Amino acid sequence: MPDLRLLNAEPSEAERSAIDAVLGAGTDANGRTARDDRTKRHLLLPALRAAQLRVGWVSEGALGYASRRLAVPPAEAYGVASFYALIALEERPADVTHVCTDLSCMLKGASVPDGAHPSPCLGLCERAPASYRTIAGEQPVEEQIPAAGPPLPQAGQPGLRLLRRIAAGVDPESIDAYIQAGGFESLRRARELGAEAVLHEVTESRLLGRGGAAFPTGVKWAAVAKQPAQPHYLVCNADESEPGTFKDRVLMEEDPFALIESMAIAALATGSSHGFIYVRAEYPLAHRRLQNAIDLAHSRGFLEGFDIELRIGAGAYVCGEETALFQSIEGFRGEPRNKPPFPVEVGLFGKPTAVNNVETLFNVLDVVDEGGKEYADTGTQDSTGTRLFCVSGAVARPGLYELPFGSTLRELLDLAGAEPPKAVLLGGAAGAFVGPDLLDLRLTYEDTREAGVTLGSGVVIVYDESADLVGALLRIAEFFRDESCGQCVPCRVGTVRQEEALHRLAEGRAHEDELETLAELAQVMRDASICGLGQTAANAVASAIVNLKVFAA
Amino acid sequence: MSVVLAAPKKMIELSVDGQPVRVFEGSTILDACRMLGNEQPTLCYGDTLTPVNVCRVCVVEVEGARTLVPSCSRIAEPGMVVLTDSERVRTSRRLVLELLGSSVDLSTAPEALAYIEEYDAKPERFGPDAATVAQDVKIDNDLYVRDYSKCILCYKCVSACGEDHQNTFAIAVAGRGFDAHISTELDVTLPESACVYCGNCIAVCPTGALMSVAEYEKRQAGTWDAENETVVSTVCPYCGVGCNLELHVQDNEIVNVTSPHDHDVTEGNLCIKGRFGYQYVQNRR
Repeated sequence: MPDLRLLNAEPSEAERSAIDAVLGAGTDANGRTARDDRTKRHLLLPALRAAQLRVGWVSEGALGYASRRLAVPPAEAYGVASFYALIALEERPADVTHVCTDLSCMLKGASVPDGAHPSPCLGLCERAPASYRTIAGEQPVEEQIPAAGPPLPQAGQPGLRLLRRIAAGVDPESIDAYIQAGGFESLRRARELGAEAVLHEVTESRLLGRGGAAFPTGVKWAAVAKQPAQPHYLVCNADESEPGTFKDRVLMEEDPFALIESMAIAALATGSSHGFIYVRAEYPLAHRRLQNAIDLAHSRGFLEGFDIELRIGAGAYVCGEETALFQSIEGFRGEPRNKPPFPVEVGLFGKPTAVNNVETLFNVLDVVDEGGKEYADTGTQDSTGTRLFCVSGAVARPGLYELPFGSTLRELLDLAGAEPPKAVLLGGAAGAFVGPDLLDLRLTYEDTREAGVTLGSGVVIVYDESADLVGALLRIAEFFRDESCGQCVPCRVGTVRQEEALHRLAEGRAHEDELETLAELAQVMRDASICGLGQTAANAVASAIVNLKVFAA
Repeated sequence: MSVVLAAPKKMIELSVDGQPVRVFEGSTILDACRMLGNEQPTLCYGDTLTPVNVCRVCVVEVEGARTLVPSCSRIAEPGMVVLTDSERVRTSRRLVLELLGSSVDLSTAPEALAYIEEYDAKPERFGPDAATVAQDVKIDNDLYVRDYSKCILCYKCVSACGEDHQNTFAIAVAGRGFDAHISTELDVTLPESACVYCGNCIAVCPTGALMSVAEYEKRQAGTWDAENETVVSTVCPYCGVGCNLELHVQDNEIVNVTSPHDHDVTEGNLCIKGRFGYQYVQNRR
């Protein structure tokens, strides 16, 4: 690296060995710096994470050593490290607590003690208020700390599909228990059918993506399968960070083998030889159980010809956007790319890539087991199968509910034990508020679209009469301001102006045309932002103004 | 010896504001607009740089598209119906300019100021308390001044310093959201960084956030006189590459040196000697 100017500070022994554990020894058989290190930029985030888990922060020495090993210019490495909220570039105690102050935890009276850090949604909304703690060291600790939790709702109820193994209490750490519960039968059947037939069944099932965008899975897979460029990649988007969402966490923690199995089927159908699961950092139990499931599935020979690598985020909601997720895996700032080209053509490492949400992939098992046509018998014409709903807030039984598409919001709230609400937030911070007039809304893609709202990632946060809706709007505005990647002007500055305007409205010092300004901001952020984050950052606020008249004089 | 020719390019036809236009396959919507003499506003677009399409002032409406699209980077497709002056486009451009104007000091950004006037943008609508990126000017070396209060985060300097041209990678975007900013590693001063003072970042900066010390000092002293500036073309005397130079002269004194963007070798770039080593010309003793 003759031209690369490097940071002068040296890493400590602990930092060096933590980074070496991720990157390898760094020298070849002759003791020279390994040449292929420079193709490993994608290991930048794992290396920084390792250093931080070891000593609690990323020092100049650690940043410089990781840069040097991977031939990444230090300015770029700094740009990457400073992008992610969970990476600390200043020294701090080894023991760090992040306290969720987001929508659901707010409703349960979350408060941040001295020395703790406020955090966006931690995905423990059914057991709010929650926190997340890391203790750096030789044996680092990472744990989520929920409030006293309810058991999983619906346990033992008939008709559960996605949640059936969880309801039956199948041991999530035992591959034998999974096999006994019928595990890996779908993969066996998929291999008998072959790639073409699996694609056909998935297309027939009319399965739509469950991450928020509702794209037809069969169309996506077929598009990847036919791409001449090689290799193809399969990416499971498990960066679940939409405030109020926790479904993917429950699936990964309690039924990890099913995700591995469904990914193997997806790999078969799309011709992918390598898969990644990108999980947010705040889900340590999911990391452990998924890695265990990957290792066991490998050792039992279920994953022949297909590798799955677990990648862990570092605190960035925007990395749930598929192209930002690629950037993050590749070792860059999580800045979304312009589309087109779409990931099916130019995705991870520039190759054709199928990206699917965790819940979407779970559905594939049933599609293969039952056949696409039969799968589509559940639900409605345009919304097939069942859907997971993350219910939290003012309900007696918060938790994960699986219902066939077509059930109404009222039926769901009855199951969860809600009094007639003042408002419900559907789809999370990027979703929309609805009032009690929409309780008979059927929870399907087509009905919500017609009503001008969204199912998004399945979030249902219930606000009762005592709830502070303006406070919720301020929190949502703060969330988007914090999580904007900063790349494009409408989102970078628009989210700030939105928050400022809401503060003025909340404090009774609004400009004369404040509501018009907010409406125009919403239109332009939706129209001119690069990615879904900016395009939806004004949705909830706009819906509360229109549907709930929160600021009506 | 045989001459290798590139495969012939297909022409495609689309319509811009109702006018049909034919462009080579692979051209952008902006290229198509320019074929018609229909210039679009741009800030982060640079003719010698890979488009990053982050400023969003060049957005246009494409029939059938859910959102507006950046004309600088969106590839034209056959049959596309493009509108560059619809109400929707004008609203977006105006508000984007208002967002920039309310958060960034645009006083030395002539293009941005012209667009603000053209689109009747009112940055003051967000009130006197609107957050800005105001901060202290960074003067830590003899050649550049960095005033990030004037930075619209167009990424041009990063592209010029990095992959597009210089391959020095002394600066990158750091931080996130409204706190995102151009920075060296750990925000060290330029002399401590990898900077080689080629000045190619200054050459692409559209807002005057990056400026030569010579220009900065004249502006501070009130003697900057762009109106009466003349430009003299010459060839750099330092090495055998033969870069073309444009000497910007005010009051018989060289104040800046640039290179033409359409020059095969430089594409507008120079090295520290060509860009800053002109003092001997005006040593009049």
